[in-house]
Amino acid sequence: MPQRAKREEHNVSTIPDNCKFATSHEWVRIDEDGIATVGISDHAQDALGDIVFVDLPEVGATIHAKDEVAVVESVKAASDVYSPVSGEIVEINEELLDAPETVNSVPYDGGWFFKIRLEDTAELDELLDAEAYAEHCEGE
Amino acid sequence: MTNRTSLYQNHLDAGAKMVDFSGWEMPINYGSQIEEHTQVRTAAGVFDVSHMTVVDVSGVDAEAYLQRLLANDVARLDEIGRALYSGMLNDDGGVIDDLIVYRMTFGYRLVVNCATRVKDLRWMALQTTGYAVSVEERPGLGILAIHGPESIERVCAILSDCGRESESEAAAIRALGNFRGVELGDWFVARTGYTGEKGLEVILPAEQSPQLWEALLSGGVKPIGLGARDTLRLEAGMNLYGHDMDETVSPLSANMGFSIAWEPSKRDFVGRAALIAQRAELEAGRLPILTGIVLEERGVLREGQTLTCRDADGNEIGQGVVTSGTFSPTLKHSIALARVPTFTASCDVDLRGKATAVRMVKPNFVRFGKKVFE
Repeated sequence: MPQRAKREEHNVSTIPDNCKFATSHEWVRIDEDGIATVGISDHAQDALGDIVFVDLPEVGATIHAKDEVAVVESVKAASDVYSPVSGEIVEINEELLDAPETVNSVPYDGGWFFKIRLEDTAELDELLDAEAYAEHCEGE
Repeated sequence: MTNRTSLYQNHLDAGAKMVDFSGWEMPINYGSQIEEHTQVRTAAGVFDVSHMTVVDVSGVDAEAYLQRLLANDVARLDEIGRALYSGMLNDDGGVIDDLIVYRMTFGYRLVVNCATRVKDLRWMALQTTGYAVSVEERPGLGILAIHGPESIERVCAILSDCGRESESEAAAIRALGNFRGVELGDWFVARTGYTGEKGLEVILPAEQSPQLWEALLSGGVKPIGLGARDTLRLEAGMNLYGHDMDETVSPLSANMGFSIAWEPSKRDFVGRAALIAQRAELEAGRLPILTGIVLEERGVLREGQTLTCRDADGNEIGQGVVTSGTFSPTLKHSIALARVPTFTASCDVDLRGKATAVRMVKPNFVRFGKKVFE
């Protein structure tokens, strides 16, 4: 797995600028019609190491921003995933149940966790943009 | 202050993620811990374990000294090169450290944990009183462990690249039985390790480590970090000092009973009297034991998780604790070592607030790439 190359490229250019970020390392991307996709950042997957289980929320659940909605277990540790936004879960990435390592390889793409119908788009303004998130990671 | 082995630059060149390990800057992985783990189970990998402490013991009383110092009996080492696993106990029968001792032409060589180095050396020095013995740390030596089904042939194939007498040394290495070693000039090569796979440990002058390391990598052996070392040893059911046992834990509560040489009964090793009392406690059901547990559903057992334990009649008899837990890359589910009350027949683990049944098994999960428990 070419994770080394990835690690060396933690800079603004590889953090997708169409996403917003929580300080707890989740990303959210607006798709269409008030639906957003949520996952964990490349920085987060790299810190966790090989991911072996992902527990996802239930479709239909109503959640609030900063709720613990998913769990990631890596060989190293268990980690809670917090929703960066409020709303209703409309879809989950069931592929992760059988192939959790997808989060390691493509965290911003096939490694997404769930899709959520946003309750309040104003919440997005409180999240970090790519540049601010890059700074946040460096400061850790 | 941070220590580095003579392979520090080689680790960086191989893409290592370096972490602090008891004051040593060591590779935790070179990308994927799971891939490294699988590499050792299916082919061959090399670990830099030069952070471990080598202590040479010599002098006319070397044998008598070690017969006093260690719970296992070095008299069992009836040939040069043979290896023995032992606990080094305190007077209360607690485990100061666990170690490997080799019989050498000059006397004995001990390899102890790096995290316990200072207290080990102090304790060993203290115990020399009355013995004509020299106890000498060997910081100039490095240790490479090469493990996996292909490991021995891979080492034999690159000996000439290291300027060795390749034909005769390869023959000597291939002839080694398990837990046996051979002195080859300034190298000591032994069939010992911490993975549950066939393999070698090479103890050599540290300045030669980079040459051996690079020759192995060129010869198709992959570098393996301390992360995979931990999952491999746990699959093999081997203890990790400071987690599965320490000075407050009896070796009888840590699956180390096999390493206590009770006979000859007149051998008065440190901790013997306390162990005899502990053995009675164990028989009376008052000393906890270390068991293997497996979780065959989703989730990962982690050190420190609490177990609710029941006897064969289903009555709760107390709590247990996970001492080492991980996801087993070979078995694809979680395994752990746990300390539980003596007569525990079944238990539940508190998995992030949810009581989940786990299965108790012999604490030996994977050997030679295969599942070994029922």
